[in-house]
Parts: sequence; structure tokens; C-alpha cells
Amino acid sequence: MSGSFLTELALNWPRLVTGLGQTVTVSLAAIFFGTLYGVPLGVAMFRCPLALRVLFAAYVDLVRGTPVLVLVLASYYIVPLFGPNLSASLAGVVALALFCGAQIAEITRGALNAIDKGQMEAAKSIGLRFHQALLYVLLPQALRIGLPAWMNSVIETVKGSSLLLIIGVAELMLTLQQIVSRNFMSIQFMIIVGLMYFIVNYALERAGKYVEHRLAFERGGSHG
Amino acid sequence: MTYSFNFNAVWQNFPELLQGLALGLGLALTSLAGGMALGLIVAFGLISRHGFLRRLSSAYVTFLRNIPLLLIIYFVFMGLPQAGIRLDKYTAFVASLMAYGAAYMAEIFRGGLMAVPKGVIEAGRAIGLKPWQLKTSIILPILFQKTRPALGNAYISLFKDTSLAAAIAVPELTFYARKINLETFRILETWLVTSLLYVFTATIIANILRYLDWRMNARQGRGS
Repeated sequence: MSGSFLTELALNWPRLVTGLGQTVTVSLAAIFFGTLYGVPLGVAMFRCPLALRVLFAAYVDLVRGTPVLVLVLASYYIVPLFGPNLSASLAGVVALALFCGAQIAEITRGALNAIDKGQMEAAKSIGLRFHQALLYVLLPQALRIGLPAWMNSVIETVKGSSLLLIIGVAELMLTLQQIVSRNFMSIQFMIIVGLMYFIVNYALERAGKYVEHRLAFERGGSHG
Repeated sequence: MTYSFNFNAVWQNFPELLQGLALGLGLALTSLAGGMALGLIVAFGLISRHGFLRRLSSAYVTFLRNIPLLLIIYFVFMGLPQAGIRLDKYTAFVASLMAYGAAYMAEIFRGGLMAVPKGVIEAGRAIGLKPWQLKTSIILPILFQKTRPALGNAYISLFKDTSLAAAIAVPELTFYARKINLETFRILETWLVTSLLYVFTATIIANILRYLDWRMNARQGRGS
């Protein structure tokens, strides 16, 4: 029995790797675009006039309060209404990026708010404009505060990409389902795929901890 | 492109959506109860004096937090039957969400257990309480009081995770939303209403929890 499992594993290994590659690609794209719109949105929520701030906060709460699966399905059905008939993986990236970006906006806002008011006042008093203060004073500090939460939402995004199976994106979960439907070795291949997800996410977590440690004010503390 | 909104189709099916919502809340509550029990056991493992128990609990938490919930659901629903364990879809889903939630709650409980003052435990020992009496009448009440807000958040995120039950055809909110979407093709309306239902429910739960928290704090304030 175990012999035939190894043959099946060897046979299906290239497909699993391709699926994992697709999972990683889709997640990376979602994280990239999510960060690209999430950080400016977070800055806007920190800085804008109240009316806009309420509007942005309502948007962020709506997206964050909706389950990722609902976003994925909604984007799969809604996107073709407005744009060209996009591929499923693009609809998936849109949904994941929307979710990831809303999380990141909230993280950015929280991190900026956590910085001592005196920093901004000092920056202004030496004559920095807002964008200069933001770039040179606030954001570097916000990065340090927000990095663990950002890393968390990166991992959430990789886990969330498993939902794209439902709309037919050929990522790791769909690959798993295809393999299992042919050879009926559910438990074995599910464990293999679980380990693959685990390795990716655990590596991300460790990398995050390492960068966090490098960015910390006091190096060589008791942690790490 | 113009799109004229017409909510009639969604309103006609609104009772179905509410029914799905109620099922989701029930599934989340059941998983919360089970997950808390399991999470508590794992949390005691995390702070155990035995190295083996500590490593086992820590492996459980790290592994389950780094793999997608959907994989766990498939494993329980489609993988375990291969080993002769057949669960119906409701039980399978609750068991998966329980196992997944327990990993998160174990972390919450560990934080709470570390926050129980040493002096209180020593005082308990000094008046001659047995270890289990110490746990049930001193440690647990303090633990639940300290972790109440975090457990509330865990419930909300479990509630959002119940959307994944749609993947194994459990008729909850997302399942009905998808059905209405495919039957009526009122795409935008369906997903907008679904998303708002999730967000409103989560907001209501959050406010109820905040109120309960405030009342309990007020009562304890009066008592002392």
C-alpha cells in the first residue's frame, strides 16, 4: 500500500509543485496590490477630513467584516459585469487583494496612530512638509509597529488563496482535489498538501520574526 | 456600463438568507464551545512542566494555525471516511472549525494563564486547596474574566469562518447567497445584501459583547 502511495506521489509531484507555484503567485500578487492600495488608504484614514475618514472606515469595515469566501464568490460573479470577462484567477486576485488591502489599511492607520504625537510636532517644527514627515519620520516607525500584523495578514492571504478552488483556480487545493479524485488516497495527499501550506506559512512567519528582530531598536534582547 | 438595481429577487429569498445566517451563528456557537474546551486543554499543555506535552501542544497550535481551514474541512469530511470515520457534513464542519478555533483559543488562554497572579495561586495552596480545586475555583474564573474580550473576537471570526461550510454544501448564508445568485442573476444585489448581513451581524455581536463586558466590569466594581 505504501509502495503504491510513493509511486502516486512521484507521479503527481510535478502537479503539486505547479499548484503550489500558482498558490504562491496568486498570493504574492494579492499581497502586492493589497499593500499598494492599503498603505495609502491607511494614511488617508489617518490624515483626511472627518467625512472622508468615515467613508473610508465604512469601506474598510465592510470588506473586513465580510468573509473571504463571500468576497471571492462576489468578485467572481461581479467583475465580469463591469470589465471584460476575466479569468477566474484574476477575479481571485481581485478578491484577495481587496481583503488584504483593507486589513493593511487598518494596520497602517493603527500603526500611525500609535506613534507619539510629539514626533509629528517635532517634524513640523523643523520645517518638514507633511509628505516629508510621513516619509522620513512616521512611516519608518509605523513599519516597525505594523510589521507583525502585516506578516499575519500575508499568512492569512496565503491561507485565503485556498478558497479560490471554489471558483476553479488551479491552485494547490484544486490540484489536491483532482489528484484525490483519481487515486482515492485522500488522507495521504491531504497531509502532503497540509505540509506544503505549513512550510510556506511557517517560513513566512520565521522570516517576519527575523526582519522584526533586525528592525528592533535594541538588538540582542532576550527574545528572538 | 449602466446597471439598474432591483432588490425584489433578494427580498423574496430573504427568509432563506436569514435561515442560513441563523445556522451559521449556531455552528459558530457550537464550535466555540467545543473549541474552548479543547483550547483550554491545549493551553494547559502549553504551560505544562512536561517537555513532551509542551512540544505536542505547541506543534498542534503552530501546525493548525498555518494551514487553511478549508483543508481541515476537506480532511475531516472527505479524508477521514477513508479511515472508516464517517461524519455527516454538519458534524464534520463543526469538528473542523472546533479543531481550528482551538489552536487560536489555546494561544488566548495561554496569555490568560500567564496573567493569573502567582500570589493568588500560592494563597489557594496555602489554604489547602487540591490542584483540581485550585484550577476550577481560582484559576478558571480569573482566566475567563481576563480573556473575555479576546474570546468575543474569536467568536466573531469563527462566525465569519462558517461561510466555508458552503464548500461542503451546508446550507448557511453563503450557500443560499450563491443559490440566489445563480437562480435570479441579481448578482450585485445578492452579494451586497449577503455582505451587509455578515457585517451587521458581526457588529451586533461585537456590541452585545461590549455591553456584557461593561456590565460585568460595573458589577465587579460595585462588589469590591
